[in-house]
Amino acid sequence: MEFFRDVNIDWLGKKWYFLAFSLVFSISGLLSILFWHHIPLGVDFKGGTLVYIKFDAAPQVDRIRQSASSAGLRDVSIQRFGRAEDHEVIVSLPQRDTSEGALDLGRSLIVQALESNYSRSGADSAGKLDLDNASREALAAYLGQADPLHLGVSPNADQQYMQIATKILNYRDQEKSGLIDSLSALQGRVDPAVLSALQSGTFLSGFTIRNVEIVGPQVGAQLRQQAMLATLYSLAGMLVYLWFRFELIYGVAAVVAVFHDTLITIGIFSLVNREMTLTVIAAILTLIGYSMNDTIVVFDRIRENLHTMRRESLSTVVNRSINQTLSRTVLTSGLTFLTVLSLFIFGGEVLNGFSFALVIGILVGTYSSIAVAAPMLVAYQDWRLRRDKRPTPLPAGRRTQVS
Amino acid sequence: MRKNLTGKIILIFATLLVFVFGIFGIPSGVSGTALKAALTNRIHLGLDLRGGTHLILQVMVQEAVGATADNDITRIQADLKQNNISGAIPTRPDAAHPEILRVLSVPADKEGAVRSMLEDRYSAQYDISSAADNTFTLTMKPTVVRDIEQRALAQSIETIRDRVDRLGVSEPVIEEYGPGKNQILVELPGVDDPARVKDIIQSTARLEIHEVLGGPFPDEQSALQANGGTLPPDGELMKAFDQSSDAGQYYLLRRAAIVAGNDFRDAQPSVDVNQRPDVSFILTRAGGDRFFQFTSSNIGKSMAIVLDNSVREVATIQGAIRDQGQISGGGFTKDTADNLSLMLRTGALPASIHFLEERTVGPSLGADSIRQGVMAAVAGMLAVMAFMLFYYHGAGINADLALALNLVILLGFMGFTGSTLTLPGIAGVILTIGMGVDSNVLIFERIREELHAGKSPSAAIDQGFGHAWLTIVDTHVTTIVSAAILFLFGTGPVRGFAVTLTFGLLANLFTAVFVSRVIFDAILNRKQRGEAISI
Repeated sequence: MEFFRDVNIDWLGKKWYFLAFSLVFSISGLLSILFWHHIPLGVDFKGGTLVYIKFDAAPQVDRIRQSASSAGLRDVSIQRFGRAEDHEVIVSLPQRDTSEGALDLGRSLIVQALESNYSRSGADSAGKLDLDNASREALAAYLGQADPLHLGVSPNADQQYMQIATKILNYRDQEKSGLIDSLSALQGRVDPAVLSALQSGTFLSGFTIRNVEIVGPQVGAQLRQQAMLATLYSLAGMLVYLWFRFELIYGVAAVVAVFHDTLITIGIFSLVNREMTLTVIAAILTLIGYSMNDTIVVFDRIRENLHTMRRESLSTVVNRSINQTLSRTVLTSGLTFLTVLSLFIFGGEVLNGFSFALVIGILVGTYSSIAVAAPMLVAYQDWRLRRDKRPTPLPAGRRTQVS
Repeated sequence: MRKNLTGKIILIFATLLVFVFGIFGIPSGVSGTALKAALTNRIHLGLDLRGGTHLILQVMVQEAVGATADNDITRIQADLKQNNISGAIPTRPDAAHPEILRVLSVPADKEGAVRSMLEDRYSAQYDISSAADNTFTLTMKPTVVRDIEQRALAQSIETIRDRVDRLGVSEPVIEEYGPGKNQILVELPGVDDPARVKDIIQSTARLEIHEVLGGPFPDEQSALQANGGTLPPDGELMKAFDQSSDAGQYYLLRRAAIVAGNDFRDAQPSVDVNQRPDVSFILTRAGGDRFFQFTSSNIGKSMAIVLDNSVREVATIQGAIRDQGQISGGGFTKDTADNLSLMLRTGALPASIHFLEERTVGPSLGADSIRQGVMAAVAGMLAVMAFMLFYYHGAGINADLALALNLVILLGFMGFTGSTLTLPGIAGVILTIGMGVDSNVLIFERIREELHAGKSPSAAIDQGFGHAWLTIVDTHVTTIVSAAILFLFGTGPVRGFAVTLTFGLLANLFTAVFVSRVIFDAILNRKQRGEAISI
């Protein structure tokens, strides 16, 4: 089967539509970056404390806020996160509450506040081990102390209790996503004696810390600078490679197109107020490579056709080249889009920003190879014609002959 | 025209075998669990998938520079005394510039002697200049400063590694982070509550014994008054350690320590006469000699045991001591005594440490991330493979085989090189599927074009591969360039992404171009000349 055969679309004839479309998106993004949401920076770049917490029931934001403010944390922001049925929130503290002297003060305050306010069993949790947040070592130590199996004190006993603790926590972490429904759910998984020791000395707080990110102000500033440089180096690297493989004007056109993609992607992040994080920067660098990739395929064909269609005008050559590669462009973008989409849908919360950036990036990157990069070549040629008043062919650049 | 493909086919199967070995090694069995165990044994999971703590520390290296400068002040003092120059006072005037020393109020008639003494003994490390007001300024040379800073960083990394190892954390990563910034990256897999580890990493455990010049004083004001308003230039005030209150006693100590840091050879938790926990220590031979010299000539005076800039204990020197002592009266619990002796055994940090960044991934999030990542990868791959079959029919099988081999090579390569698989790394694998199939699409579309132009199947395949090859190289290079920049700039998880994407695309050159071609040729071999191919 074939979707595109002998297509004959006059792409360059639509260049004013393309220009309008690109301008609308770039400028609205730019305006948002400058005057509205700016570039929303994640904790990686602005510093601060983020604690991701998962609850066993719908989180009560007001209660969390109360617990936090009773612990002396005033500027906490609490956001729901992920799918509603996951019951997750992000509790975040601004950078000024994240001094480098006591980096994780905020985290421990948050955990303490929640622990004293959030327990399913209520008041009888005092002095007990919280099984939803206990580490393997802490649980093993508790079991060793309670010694439900009467093993006495020996390295062998330590080892056995460590194995039991590992088993319980693997059940908690790998099967139940970090929260055990109730202690009786452990029935059949552990020895009854161990279970009763757990029932007497542990409780389930009903929340678990999934992830903590604490970034001091110094690292934030450092990463901001690095991200900017990495993006610029990447663009410069592309320019040099294309200059070397084609001609300078091809490099310039491709880099302008890719810059356009980057600007629109960041602009959309700003418009919908999504935070830029390190992985989003990784996605943007990937998108730079991808969009460049797409542009090169079109340029390669233009270069080839310039050799075989010497009598045709440049716009005919460019149109023909776009049409010839259209099938490939649409297929590849479609397939890459498919994989990115599956990442966006199934990949989970951690990669959400990353896959969102790629979903946008692949759409814009494909569009820009056809609608920005190729027309720029023609515009450059027209400008040279006007300047020199005589036709000079567009340099086709070096090309290795293939058999 | 039949091509002989035997060699190429053997090469492909050998590659397949080698990289399958890379993924699994030699598993103990062929059951699901045995294969899974073999797999996790070969491919290391990053912190974001297995749970753990990632820390970035800043080493305050200028403190090490200050310590060297303080030692040199003591040496200059001794030299002045030896040359019978009295009145001149060596100082370190500016805390923000520990590399600048000054010798103040040099007697006018001794200026020449001081100059020649300083130039004779200190010009290797310092640039020396004099001013009209009878002072000399010694500025540590930048190369010397850099050298001290580098040594402090290296020693900090060693010490932290030693401490973390003794805590029993498995497979920790401890290395310099970002050249020239004096930062250290610490990764602790499986540690999801880093409080204790952080305490132990951060404690400088700088144990020093100083001579007591005066005190105790109830506060800093009265200490100053007792000394006529100014402290002696070689003295410093230090607070006594007191857990119960903020107020406390102050002692005036001689700034340069008698013994410090590296002079301690061993330390063990022990108990004092009242059965309270304390820490006993043993000095090295050189440290013991110096300690003996000091104690034997200062019987009756006091000395202070100082830990991390607070006075733990003040003792009167009863007799000469060579190499053993105890730190008691510090309000130790059994745990703090254990921790302190561990830190003393592993050596002191040459400078204090600040935490700049801390990321903890809980084990449940890691498990969820693996599940979701694998799910996304499988869904993406199935979608792409189904589409290729649907759109290219017979050639779709070819592309799917190439794609599968591409993944095997990518994972096998990671197994061989011991690379770490992170969640963004899984995303890299997924993107490799999408971008890798691009090469097949480019080639197939070109073959179709050539077929439409009326070429024979074998000629069309030839042309298709020939024309697409250069384009494929160009497109791969640009993506690899951006991945390389990402690798240079990124940390942990993001680096994992750059690595898988790069490996994946390199493997793709082999599978999409070479392997696909061999499959086409094998199909052509079985067909009559000019018979149509399925594409």
